[in-house]
Amino acid sequence: MRALHAEWTKFRTVRGWVLGSVGAMLASVLFLLVGTASSNQHPQGVTALPVGPGGEAVNDSFYFVHRALTGDGSITVLVTALTGVLADPAGGPGGNTSGVTPWSKAGILVKESLDQGSPYAAMMVTGAHGVRMQNDFTHDRAGLAGSPSAAEPRWLRLVRTGRTVIGLDSIDGVRWTEVGAARLPEPATTVQVGLFVAAPAAVQASGGGSSSPATATGDFRRVTLSGAWGQAAGGWQGGQVGGDAGTSGSYAPGTIGGWTATTGEGFTVTGAGDIAPVVGGPALGPAFTVETFLVGTFVGLIVLTVVAVQFVTTEYRRGLLGQTLAATPHRSRTLAAKATVVATVAFAVGAAAATVSIPLGELRAHATHFAVLTVPTAVQARAALGTGLLLAATAVLSLALGVVLRRSATAITAVVAATVFPHLLAFGGMLPSGPAEWVLRLTPAAGFAVQQTLPRHDQVLSVYAPSSGYFPLSPWGGLAVLGTWSALALAAAAMLLRRRDA
Amino acid sequence: MSGVDTIGFRRACRAEWTKLRTEAGHGWLLLGLVLVTVGVGAAVSASVPCPASGCGQDQVRLSLAGVSVSQALAAVTALLLVGGEYGTGLIRTTLVALPRRGTVLAAKATVLSGTVLAVGSVAVLASILAGHLLLPGAGYTPAHGYTQLSLADGPTLRAAAGSVLYLVLVGLLTLGVAVAVRDAAVAAGVVLALLYLFPLLSHVVTEPHLQRLLARLGPMPAGLAIQATTNLSHLPIGPWAGLGVLALWAATALFLGGTILRLRNA
Repeated sequence: MRALHAEWTKFRTVRGWVLGSVGAMLASVLFLLVGTASSNQHPQGVTALPVGPGGEAVNDSFYFVHRALTGDGSITVLVTALTGVLADPAGGPGGNTSGVTPWSKAGILVKESLDQGSPYAAMMVTGAHGVRMQNDFTHDRAGLAGSPSAAEPRWLRLVRTGRTVIGLDSIDGVRWTEVGAARLPEPATTVQVGLFVAAPAAVQASGGGSSSPATATGDFRRVTLSGAWGQAAGGWQGGQVGGDAGTSGSYAPGTIGGWTATTGEGFTVTGAGDIAPVVGGPALGPAFTVETFLVGTFVGLIVLTVVAVQFVTTEYRRGLLGQTLAATPHRSRTLAAKATVVATVAFAVGAAAATVSIPLGELRAHATHFAVLTVPTAVQARAALGTGLLLAATAVLSLALGVVLRRSATAITAVVAATVFPHLLAFGGMLPSGPAEWVLRLTPAAGFAVQQTLPRHDQVLSVYAPSSGYFPLSPWGGLAVLGTWSALALAAAAMLLRRRDA
Repeated sequence: MSGVDTIGFRRACRAEWTKLRTEAGHGWLLLGLVLVTVGVGAAVSASVPCPASGCGQDQVRLSLAGVSVSQALAAVTALLLVGGEYGTGLIRTTLVALPRRGTVLAAKATVLSGTVLAVGSVAVLASILAGHLLLPGAGYTPAHGYTQLSLADGPTLRAAAGSVLYLVLVGLLTLGVAVAVRDAAVAAGVVLALLYLFPLLSHVVTEPHLQRLLARLGPMPAGLAIQATTNLSHLPIGPWAGLGVLALWAATALFLGGTILRLRNA
C-alpha cells in the first residue's frame, strides 16, 4: 500500500505525465473531430437507419400484403414456390438472371405496426435455409429443411393469443410442429398480419466484397384466417414497408414490388429488401459506427505509451530507481505498484475519452445527415469500458517493456509497432482475409476487438472479415490476447528486475 | 559554404560514427532492421495468393511490405543517436567538444544516412530476392500476367532504390524531431504518430477528397507510393512526388531541430 502511495505521488507530481494523460484524452477527442469533419457535404443526406426493439440498427424493407387483426387469431398459408431475379453483379444493363439469394424470404408476418423497426414475429420459407421463424430482427429458429416446390409445398401458420405469437410449420397441413414462440412487447390490440416477401442483396465475397440487387417472388395458396379480423378496412392491402434502399438490397433493374390474387385464395407477392439486423460488409453503404467514433483511441494509446514507459525509464536514467528499490526492497511490489498506477490512469483516460467520443460522434453524424449504425446501449457501454481496459493493458505492456528494454525510445516504438501497426496491416487491405485474421488473433492488436460493435448474425449473409471491419476474435477474447501479452511482459519485467542491477 | 569547417565536420562524423558503432543496442537494431524487412516481406509474398490472371496485386509492393514495419527500427536508430545523449547529459560534452551545433547535427545526419543507406540496401535487396523466389509459388507467374521479380525492370529498380531512400528519410525525420523535442520518449511518440495516424485516419474518413488529401500529405502513405509499380495513374500521388513529400517532412523536421539546437540550451 505504501509502495502504491509512493508511486501515485511520483506520477501526479510530474507535470509532464499529468499533462500527457489529460492531453491523451483531449487528443483522442480532437482526433475524432478531424475524422468526422470530412463528411460535411455528404450528398444524399442519408436518412437514419431504423432501430429495432433491441436498440440495434435494422433493415425493415419488404413487400407486405396485410390486413388488421384486432384480437386473437391465426393465419395459415401454403407456400408453393420461392423464385427470384438477380441483377448482373457487374451492373450491366438488362443482365438479370433468375435465382434466389440464400436468405430471400417469403412467408407470413404479425407486426405491431407498419413503422420500420416495430416488433414482429414471422414464419417464412427461405432461399437456402429452409423454414424459419424469426422475430424482432435478432431471433432466428430453424423449422423444416428444404425449399418449397409444387410437389413439396410448405404449410406455415402463426397463432396470436394475447401477447404471444406461436409459429408452426407442416408438410401436409394436418400434422403441425411448433417452431417457436415470440412475445410482442406491447399488448396492442390491433396488429398488421399478412404475407410478405423480402430479398436481401446478393453478396459476392471475392475481391473485398460487393453486393448486387435481388428480387424475390413467393407463391401463396389457400390463405386461411380465423379470429378477430377487422372488416372495416375491406380486405387485403399491399405496399412496400420502408424505402427500397435500406442497407440490405434493392429491386433488381426492371422489377417492382407488387401482388396479385390468384384462384383459390392464393396470392403472388413480389418484393425486395430485408427484415434483419444491419451488419457490416459490402451491402452497408457509407455509415458511421461506434468504432469510427473511437478512432481517437490510437492517439491516446501513443501518448499513454510514452507516459507509461517514461514512468519507469526516467527512474533508470536519473538513478532514482536505486533509491526506490532501497526504500521498497520487494522489487516485484514496486513493479506491481507502478503497474497499478499506470493501468488506473490509462483506464480512466480511455473510458472517459470513449464516453465523451461516442455521443459526440453521434451528434456530429446527425448534424451532417450521416447514417449511424446504432447499437444497443449495453454494447456501447462495453466498447467504452473496453477502450479503458485496452489502454490499461497497453500501459502495463509499455511499463513492462520499459523495464525489460530500459530504453524509452525502443520500448515505445516496440509497443506502438506491436499494437497499432498490425491493425493498420490487417485493415489496410494489403493482406487477404486469412493472414489478416491471424495477425488480429496473435498480435497485441487483437485487443482492439473490444471496440467492435459491428454485429455478426448467422441469419444475415455478409463478408465477416477484416475487409469489412470484423475481428476474428470476440471482443473479450481479443482483449484477453492483449492481456496475455501484458501479463507475459510484466512477468519478464519482474524477473529481470529481481535478477538485474538497477 | 565558407562557414563550414570541413576538417571539423569530418571529425564530428568520426565521433558520431564511433558512438553509433560502440553503442550496445545499435548492432542488434540494424540486424533487426534487415531481418524484419526480409521476414515480413517474405511472409506477405508467400501469403497473398494470385489465383488467376488479373488478381490486381502489385508484386513489387508485396515483396517490399516489410519496409512499412522496419521503418520503426530506422526511427529507433535515429532516436538512440540523439535521445541517448540527452538522457545521459552526454550532449553537453558533445557540444563543448564541437561548439558548432549545426556541424553536430549535420554529422549525426550524415552518419545516420550512411548507416541506414547501407543496412537498408541489404534489407531491400534481400527482400527482392525473397520475392523473386517466393512470388511465382504464390501464383505470380507469366500465365497470370506477371514476370519474375527482377531489378532489371525499371519500375522495380525504382521501387527498391526508393524504399532504401524511404528508410533513410524516416531516419532523418526522426533525427530532426528528436533534436527538436530533446527527449527520446516524446520524440518516439511524435514520430510514430506522424507515421501511423495519417493512414489510420484515412480508414475512418468517408469523404474521397479528404481521403486522397491524407494519402498525399501523410509521410508514410505518400512516401510508400515509391513502391507502387501498377495502376500508377490511379494513385493519390506519384511515386517520386510521394517520396518528395516525405523528404519535405524530413527537411522541415531537421530545420526545426537545427534551429532549436542553436537557440536553446542543451
